Amino acid sequence: MTALDVLPIAILGGVLGLDVVSFPQAMISRPLVASTLAGALIGQTASGLMLGAALELIALETLPFGASRYPEWGSAAVVGGAIFASHPSHPAGAMSVGVVAALATTWVGGWTMVKLRQWNAAWAARKRDALEAGARGAVVSLQLMGMTADLARGVLLTAIAYTLLAPLATWCLAHWSTDSRLSRAIVVAAAASVAGGAAWKLFHATAGARWFFVSGLAVGFFFLFLR
Amino acid sequence: MTSAPASSSAAPAPSPAPELPFRTRLAVFIRLLAIQGSWNYEILLGNGIGFCLEPALRALPGGVHSPAFHQALARESRYFNAHPYLAAVAVGALARAELDGADPMRIERFRTALCGPLGSVGDRLVWAGWLPFCSLASLAVFGLGASPTVVVGLFLIVYNIGHLGLRLWGLNTGWTHGLRVASALGNPVLRRGPQQIGRLAALATGIAIPLALGRVIGPGRSFMGEVLVAVALGSFLIVRVQTRIEGWRLSLFVLAAVVLFSVIR
Repeated sequence: MTALDVLPIAILGGVLGLDVVSFPQAMISRPLVASTLAGALIGQTASGLMLGAALELIALETLPFGASRYPEWGSAAVVGGAIFASHPSHPAGAMSVGVVAALATTWVGGWTMVKLRQWNAAWAARKRDALEAGARGAVVSLQLMGMTADLARGVLLTAIAYTLLAPLATWCLAHWSTDSRLSRAIVVAAAASVAGGAAWKLFHATAGARWFFVSGLAVGFFFLFLR
Repeated sequence: MTSAPASSSAAPAPSPAPELPFRTRLAVFIRLLAIQGSWNYEILLGNGIGFCLEPALRALPGGVHSPAFHQALARESRYFNAHPYLAAVAVGALARAELDGADPMRIERFRTALCGPLGSVGDRLVWAGWLPFCSLASLAVFGLGASPTVVVGLFLIVYNIGHLGLRLWGLNTGWTHGLRVASALGNPVLRRGPQQIGRLAALATGIAIPLALGRVIGPGRSFMGEVLVAVALGSFLIVRVQTRIEGWRLSLFVLAAVVLFSVIR
């Protein structure tokens, strides 16, 4: 792997990491989108989408409520999607290592976001006098500094994670011993379990929601067995 | 949502909203997309509010070098908290109040009163409603076999119609109503929207989970029955242990253990 292989992935991870909070929050950072874009960059869009769907099920649990601490999915889904798409024949364990790589990166990414917010506070404190005086330059530069730092955070996180995890994933796949179908079934079961739990947390207090959910399940299973 | 009307209902009826130049409105709108650019644990969204308002404040008498501009920008860059999309309501209303020359004390009270409602309504409407709904609807379409372009395009277009529409509505509503904007927060979409979208999202969850699961498992649907049983049990477990560990962390531990087992065995 060369720097030229990592650079486009890192830039994509940076841009999508920026979308999570700073700009423009258009949800291009959702795993469904981010992983698909990473797959497209590798030349395997459908593989990216496949992993993105599994990650999206998990990401339903971690919505960006207020000042809560939440994982950073943008850069992480790029790392996971790129790793999975790099093995287009989908060997046994490819989805497992892709999802684990994304989840590990999202955990670290959440921590880097907390650090960034602390830095933003420190920069704001340093400019306190100028902000209290209503200095236009201070307000604008603080905003631009925060966004630039967030972009750099995403680029660095993606570059480091991809550089470390992609070779590790390849090594794991070379030594993988569990049946391919079973490996994938475990990933799907884990992802859908998180989604099920997340759905309950989100909607159990909404009047009538459980009936809508049950009706939806009936429709979902109808189409599943029809196909 | 009741604290805002209490503080602002005493405000006199605003005169008809003056026209804000299109370029200024556009600049404010674009800056709204970056409102959380310097989000931090001290002043939260505060600097972002000042950043978004700055193009509008240039219209104050004397322009950017006047004391009025500096005082207004300093006031607006202090602590503020709201949902990032619904913060547009605050930005519009505060721009109007500043340009109308409202009493600074009233503006301060107004800012304080607006934080809570804009945060809680936005969280319920967007993060707990619109986003999961769009995500799950796209997963259902994915499960039906749609191409990457259709799945991603559908998600981004539908989600952002709501996202950008809400920001635009918020900015216009805030500007039109000024300090009396609390009455506009009684909009049926904001009051009843979270419930309705929540029901639709529950429906989409039911449709999406089996379909997405079926497509990711792939042809032949190996272990489908076992997976369905595992999902039912796993969801139950995650709900039971939610106060101790989040589901995504639990799934990371489980999958990491599977990877270790599969590699070492």
